[in-house]
Amino acid sequence: MKRPTSTPPGICVPCRLGAIFTVVAAIAGGFAYAAGWFSPTRLSAPRIIDAFQANAGVHPGYRRNHAKGVCVEGYFDSNGNAAALSVADVFVRGRRTAVTGRFAIPGSNPSAPDTSVPIRSMALAFMLQDGEQWRTAMNSTPVFAVRTPAQFYEQLVAARPDPATGKPNPAKLQAFYKANPDTRPFQAWVKAHPPASGFANGAYYSINAFRFTDSADHTRSVRWAMVPEAPYAPFDARASSGSDFLASDLMRQLEAGNLRWHLIVTIAASGDKTDDATQLWPDDRQHIDAGTLVLERETPQSDGACRDINFDPTVLPNGISPSDDPLLAARSAAYAVSYKRRTREEAFHPETATATAHHDSNPS
Amino acid sequence: MKSVRTHFSPVQRVLHWAMAALLFVMLFIGVVMVFTVSHLHSVLLVIHRPLGIALLLLVVIRFIVRLAHGSPPLPNDLPTLQHVAAKLTQVAMYVMMAAMPLIGWSMLSAGGYPVVLFGAVHLLPIAPRDPVLFSSLRTLHTWLAFALFATVLLHLAAALFHGLIRRDGVLSSMTGWASRRG
Repeated sequence: MKRPTSTPPGICVPCRLGAIFTVVAAIAGGFAYAAGWFSPTRLSAPRIIDAFQANAGVHPGYRRNHAKGVCVEGYFDSNGNAAALSVADVFVRGRRTAVTGRFAIPGSNPSAPDTSVPIRSMALAFMLQDGEQWRTAMNSTPVFAVRTPAQFYEQLVAARPDPATGKPNPAKLQAFYKANPDTRPFQAWVKAHPPASGFANGAYYSINAFRFTDSADHTRSVRWAMVPEAPYAPFDARASSGSDFLASDLMRQLEAGNLRWHLIVTIAASGDKTDDATQLWPDDRQHIDAGTLVLERETPQSDGACRDINFDPTVLPNGISPSDDPLLAARSAAYAVSYKRRTREEAFHPETATATAHHDSNPS
Repeated sequence: MKSVRTHFSPVQRVLHWAMAALLFVMLFIGVVMVFTVSHLHSVLLVIHRPLGIALLLLVVIRFIVRLAHGSPPLPNDLPTLQHVAAKLTQVAMYVMMAAMPLIGWSMLSAGGYPVVLFGAVHLLPIAPRDPVLFSSLRTLHTWLAFALFATVLLHLAAALFHGLIRRDGVLSSMTGWASRRG
C-alpha cells in the first residue's frame, strides 16, 4: 500500500468541501457571466430584437425588421468578370446559379403601407452548385444610417413611439441625430434621392464592405450593388395605388417578363474605410459588372421559398468573407434571434402566423 | 498476485482531458456567440461548427476505446447510490456529447443554412428543411447545452469529492497520478 500522496491530511474536511464548492461555483458563475445573465443592460442580440418589439409590437411569424415583403425566384448568370477577384463558384464564367430572393421595406409591421418609409430592400440567397450559399441583404441606400451596433440600438430607442401620440417623438430623434453626426451622410443621401417608383427599377447596395479572395490568395475589399436594367423613375404618390403597390406592381411586371439587374462590384482603393458603412467611397473607384441577376417569379412570403431563409449577410461562400465592419457581426447575431423567435412562433401558433401572412399578401 | 487495475489507459486519459477542455471552450463559445453583437460573434460562429464536428468524432472514438479498454472498477466501499449516480452521469454525458453536434448539424440543415466547416468544405444536410423542426432543434440545442454543462459540473464536483474527501483513487484513475489503492 502506497502512502497517500495528495492533499495534506492537515487541511480540515469542511475546508476541502469549501474548496470544491468554490471551484464549481466559480465555473458556473463564469458561464452565467459569459451568457450575459448578470448584465441585462449590456448591448446584446436579444436586446436589439427586444427593442424592435418594444417599438412595433410582436407580429407572430414575421421578421422583426423588414417584416413586409414578397418572395422572388430567379437566377444569376456570371459573365466571368469577377472570377479574377474571387474564387467563389458563383463568379465562374458562364455559371448559372439559382437565386431565392425577397423584396421588402424596413419596419417591423407587416401591414405598414408601402409609403411608410423611403427605403426598400432586396435580399438574395445564391444557391451555389456545390451546396455553398451566398446570402446578402441590401438596401436601396448606398450608405447606412449608423456606424456601430450601439448607435443602431440608440436609434431604435430614440424612434420608440410616444405612448401619447403613437408616433416617434421628433425631438428625441433630432437629439439622437445631433449627438451622432455619423448619421448625416445617410440623411443627406435620402433627401437627395427619392425612392424609385417600384421594386423593379431600384438599385440595391450591399451596405457593408466585404472581402473578395482570388486564386492567388490575394484579398481585396469590395462593396456591391444590384443595378436595375429598368430605368429609374422617382416614386410619385399620386400615381401609386393602394398601400401594397410595391408587391402588386412587381407581380404585374414579372407577369409581363423577367426583370434584370447587374451585379456591380466596387473595389476599394487603399485607405478606403471598410469599417464605416455611413461613408461612400469616392466615385472613381473601379467598378466591375460581374453578371446579371434575372428574376422570373414572385410569390407571397406566406408560403414562398424566401419565408424560411434568414438573410444573414455573413453566410458566404469560399472566396467572399466579411470585412471589419462592426455592423456585420451585429446583423448576423440579431437576424439569428429574429429567425429563432419567428420560427418558434410558427411552431407554436401556426394559425396566427399563416392568417396574418395571408392578410398581408392580399393587396387590399 | 494479479494487481487490480487502477487507472484508465493513457489513450483514454488523453481523450478525456482533451474533450474536457474542448467541451468547456465549446459551451462558453455557445453562450457568448448568441449574446454578443461584437465581432466576436462572427469569430466564435466560425469556430463553433468545426469544433462541434471535431467533438462528435472524438466522442465516437472515445466510446469505441472505452468499449475496448473498459474502466478501472469503482471502490468496493462506495455506497450503491453513488455508484449508480456515477454510472448514470457517465452515460448521460456520452449521450449528450454525441447528441449536441448532431442536433446542431440537423438544426442548421432544417433552417436551410449551409453547414460550413472551413473554406468551401461543408457538410450535407441531415434533416429536411422545415422551420418548425428548426425551431424545436434550436430550443433543444440550448437546453441540452445547459443540461450538459450542469452534468459536467456535477461530474467535476464528484471527481473532486473523490480526490479531496474520500481519497479513494477515483480521481487519480483519470489524472494518472499515483494511486493510493494499489
